[in-house]
Amino acid sequence: MLNLTAVDWLIMLLYFVFVLGIGFALKRYMKTSKDFFQAGRALPAWICGLAFISANLGAQEVIGMGASGAKYGLETAHFYGIGAIPAMIFVGIFMMPFYYGSKARSVPEFLRMRFDEKTRALNACSFAVMTVFSSGISMYAMARLIQALHVFDGLFYALGWPQQGIFTFSIVLSAVIVLAYIFLGGLTSAIYNEVLQFFLIIAGFLPLVLLGLRNIGGWSGLKASVPAQYMHEWHGVAHASTNPMGIEIIGLGMGLGFVLGSGYWCTDFLVIQTAMASKNMAAARKVPLIAAVPKIFFPFLVILPGLLAIGLPTPHTTTTERNINGMIVRETNVVPHNVEEGRGLVPAKINPVTGQPMYMANGEPLLDYDMATPNMLLHFFPTGILGLGLTALLASFMSGMAGNVTAFNTVFTYDLYQSYIHKGGTDKHYMAVGRWATVGGILLSIATAYAAINFNNIMDTLQLVFSFVNAPLFATFLLGMFWKRATGHGAFAGLIAGTSAAMLHHGLTLPIEAHPGIHGGWITVVHQYPSDMAQNFWGAIFAFGANFIVTVVVSLATKARPESELVGLVHSLTPKPPKAHDVWWKSPEALAVAVLLMAVALNIFFY
Amino acid sequence: MSLDLRVPMGLMFTLVGMILTSFGLATNGEAIYAKSLGINANLWWGLVLLVFGLTMFFLGRRSQKRLAKLPPEPVDKTLSRLGH
Repeated sequence: MLNLTAVDWLIMLLYFVFVLGIGFALKRYMKTSKDFFQAGRALPAWICGLAFISANLGAQEVIGMGASGAKYGLETAHFYGIGAIPAMIFVGIFMMPFYYGSKARSVPEFLRMRFDEKTRALNACSFAVMTVFSSGISMYAMARLIQALHVFDGLFYALGWPQQGIFTFSIVLSAVIVLAYIFLGGLTSAIYNEVLQFFLIIAGFLPLVLLGLRNIGGWSGLKASVPAQYMHEWHGVAHASTNPMGIEIIGLGMGLGFVLGSGYWCTDFLVIQTAMASKNMAAARKVPLIAAVPKIFFPFLVILPGLLAIGLPTPHTTTTERNINGMIVRETNVVPHNVEEGRGLVPAKINPVTGQPMYMANGEPLLDYDMATPNMLLHFFPTGILGLGLTALLASFMSGMAGNVTAFNTVFTYDLYQSYIHKGGTDKHYMAVGRWATVGGILLSIATAYAAINFNNIMDTLQLVFSFVNAPLFATFLLGMFWKRATGHGAFAGLIAGTSAAMLHHGLTLPIEAHPGIHGGWITVVHQYPSDMAQNFWGAIFAFGANFIVTVVVSLATKARPESELVGLVHSLTPKPPKAHDVWWKSPEALAVAVLLMAVALNIFFY
Repeated sequence: MSLDLRVPMGLMFTLVGMILTSFGLATNGEAIYAKSLGINANLWWGLVLLVFGLTMFFLGRRSQKRLAKLPPEPVDKTLSRLGH
């Protein structure tokens, strides 16, 4: 049972005060829409760099990577080594000159400059819808976790409020805080708070890893307490049947590394917006590279807690008898049934109807991996630092939400409102629209969170639809930036073809042991994958391929744009970025090489 | 932007560090630390955060003072963007 004391609440309260305080302090700098939506394009590289990864460090990351660490072991680190680092280097060195140099205010606006209006409209609409739903999903996950951890139970009991209100209270609390600081300080406020959250997450999770490692007997103790394949990142990756995730090297490298990772880090305005807010070109190019440095070490912070949770001994109900001054004291430490049935600190899943632990067909308990990291917090942290850990968890939810909200208000105001609803308004007008778009976006997110309670499948369905839309995106940007012949008609047709290919692939394939339906095979099953992750990676490869081929074919059949219109938008027609007068080791290229070497060294270490 | 983030951030971590350190001192040796393997996690981690917070705070203050001494930046934003 969670027992929070005054000192825990004090730390949580202090965090809320500072988050809102930063919003208020920044309000007086918000004079134009550029200040509000683009942070005035005046922030230093290190702030934007930390915000760049913090925007992605939402709930799904902290809880999900811990869960994946408990389920698959260190192979999870591929999401960093293959899925993020190369893409972050690529976007910094090769793509940022076009994003930043084109002076586009958003990623869809870049698509309009490079291609045409309809490509931008397609991207802006799908992006706006996805950000709202993502932040709603993030809110829902947070409220569920707060319920599961009983964070507010004591508070509600003390105040005499009904316990059913905790879900709503959690959602309204986080929504009001995020809304307030973005409404006041715009993107600057979101970025500042993301940096604050970044440090808070380290402050909350680093002692957890240290205590966990100490308890299990250090690195060698961890090795001894989990199955051998959990401790290797690359072992058995040549074939699907010999590694925990059930994927093979081609699906992993192409699907995760080239298509999904690049699709996210190189095209998603959620992260790109932080780089576009930096003060000059050199800083903008360094942003993703600065972000990559902590990203390399994040597996220690977010994956290791899950792995430790699986490796630690499972708690059992114990009774100890002590003799105090001739009086026999019997102390019983009761451990809930589902915890005793779990593995390590990962509890078994509870059937919501019967309240009993659930089992798989072979009699083993079905584990609730999402509780791996939260349970570690409760297990190791005494009151005081527990407040810090829970605040870090809340902060991670909020930073993910805030990134979505600022991306939404910018795309809505510039790419939808200013372009199609009300052209030629004053700058003040658009800034007001941006503020109210923030309110609207958050209200829609809340609606999504409530829809998720009533329709169990809505989260899976939404994430599936996102994957159809996102998978082909990278091909469009790659061709747009590096092939001057690519045309607007080609890009538009390619995007439609890529999304259709992703849907078709999903409808025709199924992971082993899944039933046709939400997991695939809803047309007919022509191929079975060893795991849902393999299905996901290969789906992305097909979507990318279809987009690439259709864009090239349609582009060659349509009229090219004159080269003079593409200067600054396509690689071969853009003069090299001017050499900064810094010394060579301060250049983005040198930083990129250093990051790459570090990443390779770490992968060799975990081989 | 004339608000250096390191100032409020340093202040927050200093305060959190102070709260944890003093709470850790007050509860030193109590049974609550059985959870954290007998280590007074509040005291030690509070000290770490205190040092981090103070460092951030003074770095931020120093650079704000240095900026205040410089002549005011050109008002034209396009010019200031082209520079450096």
